[in-house]
Amino acid sequence: MTMDAAGASEGLASAAAGSAVVVEATDVGKVFGTGTAAVAALEGIDLKIRQGEFVSLIGPSGCGKSTLLRLIGDLIAPTSGTLRINDKTPMQARLDRDYGMVFQASVLMDWRTIAKNIELPLEIMGYPADERHRRAADLLRLVELEAFADRHPWELSGGMQQRVAIARALSFDPKLLLMDEPFGALDEMTRERMNAELLSIWQRTGTTIVFVTHSIPEAVFLSTRVVVMSARPGRISQVIDIDLPAARVVETRESGRYFELVTRVREALRQNEAGEDLDPVAAERIRAEGLA
Amino acid sequence: MTIAGGSLPRVTGRPLIAAGGEVAAVRSRRRRIVGLVIVLVVLVVLWEAAKWLGGDPWRIHASISGIAIDYEHVPPLKWRIADDLSVPHVWDIARAFVDPAQRGGPPLGAVLAGQALFTFMEALAGFVIGGALGLTLAVLFVHSRLAERALVPYVVASQTVPILAIAPLVVVALKADWLSVLAVAAYLTFFPVTIAALRGLRAVDPRAIELFRSYAATRRQILRQVRLPTSVPYLFSGFRVAAAASIIGAIIGEQTAGVASGLGSAILNYNQYYATAPERLWATVVVSAFVGFVFVGAINVAERVLTRGRYRPVEGML
Repeated sequence: MTMDAAGASEGLASAAAGSAVVVEATDVGKVFGTGTAAVAALEGIDLKIRQGEFVSLIGPSGCGKSTLLRLIGDLIAPTSGTLRINDKTPMQARLDRDYGMVFQASVLMDWRTIAKNIELPLEIMGYPADERHRRAADLLRLVELEAFADRHPWELSGGMQQRVAIARALSFDPKLLLMDEPFGALDEMTRERMNAELLSIWQRTGTTIVFVTHSIPEAVFLSTRVVVMSARPGRISQVIDIDLPAARVVETRESGRYFELVTRVREALRQNEAGEDLDPVAAERIRAEGLA
Repeated sequence: MTIAGGSLPRVTGRPLIAAGGEVAAVRSRRRRIVGLVIVLVVLVVLWEAAKWLGGDPWRIHASISGIAIDYEHVPPLKWRIADDLSVPHVWDIARAFVDPAQRGGPPLGAVLAGQALFTFMEALAGFVIGGALGLTLAVLFVHSRLAERALVPYVVASQTVPILAIAPLVVVALKADWLSVLAVAAYLTFFPVTIAALRGLRAVDPRAIELFRSYAATRRQILRQVRLPTSVPYLFSGFRVAAAASIIGAIIGEQTAGVASGLGSAILNYNQYYATAPERLWATVVVSAFVGFVFVGAINVAERVLTRGRYRPVEGML
């Protein structure tokens, strides 16, 4: 499962090529509302994500990247096309607890300690107490928050809270980690540190990750593939393989290849914008209904 | 892979803020008590100042350790609202507590204390029943749009009809004395609890619900693990209103049902003798207010004990 086997020089995307397909979207579309009020949020989405991949979805507001993530996670249902998760329907995958989710807000339970927050999914899923404690202790070590086990969420900084949210999502070994702008509310410094930590967690656990972001550098630094989306209707305009070395360190952000890839993603995004000004009312509508 | 673990603040033992918080809590409690006493003194001074200016004349004729005191005060003005019948002297009300309620009987204070305890127990029972009912209704409404739409208008209507009109109906229907008192107290109690609980149960972050969906959690798990814990601070706000209302409900219930003990009958009783002994009714009013004060205070203490360290600390008394 671990990605260490991928080797330092080989691109991670190719390493994943032979692995099992986790997400398979075929001509998936999503329309919010009906009749004249209908807004096409997504159209003709074809996407295949293999086990162990780190795929980022990037695009302008209203391009449907969050909607796509929510479709994959069975928080909403597609209007057309088929979506298979681990060769199951998204709903079956959800009932099988295949998903770990992390949102922009940490959504921790104030009345629970940090350790108890990490144990929450395990409690829901009926894990025995000693197993819960063991896993929580392991995860606290993984996100380096052992000293905060008995604290409550409001006593932690935003970055620490988000680390707890990630630990909680990992607690039950989900096959697929869905992250919706998890570091969007953090300052740039914390964000870069969290990126490094997330990469390290991903390499140690081998979980497949689908990651929604606004940030081009973040997408390039983290991913094995970046899915560039365009708005109105939301479509996949380009998929860019990120062939950076597997071991990504601070220097990676300073390498020439990194800058080339950032430029490629930026240009792909700019191409979309040409002649495609998103109607702000429609964008707001998609956001509102997507959250409902 | 570089992880910025080295820059994480390491914390051992109890945090400093908590120790500072305890000191601050003690200080704020002391300040609160001082504030309460000051307001009480100001009220007494104003009360007596009004009587000094426009009340009834009075005189002291006594001798303390051989020194004869003879002082007469004739107020310069005459206000009906300040005469001894409308507002007795503070010391007359205070003395009423010590004087026997009936010739040769125990002091009024002791009698009122017993009656207050009786009323409090009824109010408490009504509060528990009403609170449970209120919370149940809120849980029902949160899970069933249909039930909410069907029942909420009646719940609201139930509270717009004056309790004085409802109470006799309850007494006729239930007959048994104390049972109808509980029913009237519960009737006034459930509404604020329903309102507060409903707001609290709905105050859940929608993403928390999505998170639970992703865990394939049941509705009952969502209720127990998110909705109820989220509603706790709201619930206690409702409990405070309900606690005060339950005392009123118990007193009205006692009067309507003709229960012989309790503050309700004491109020009726001393109301009849108001012309000759107004300070007794005033003493009863003071005791009634005190019972409500203690009840709401007990709710505050319960909240503090139950939520300490589990919820984000909040400011203020209510």
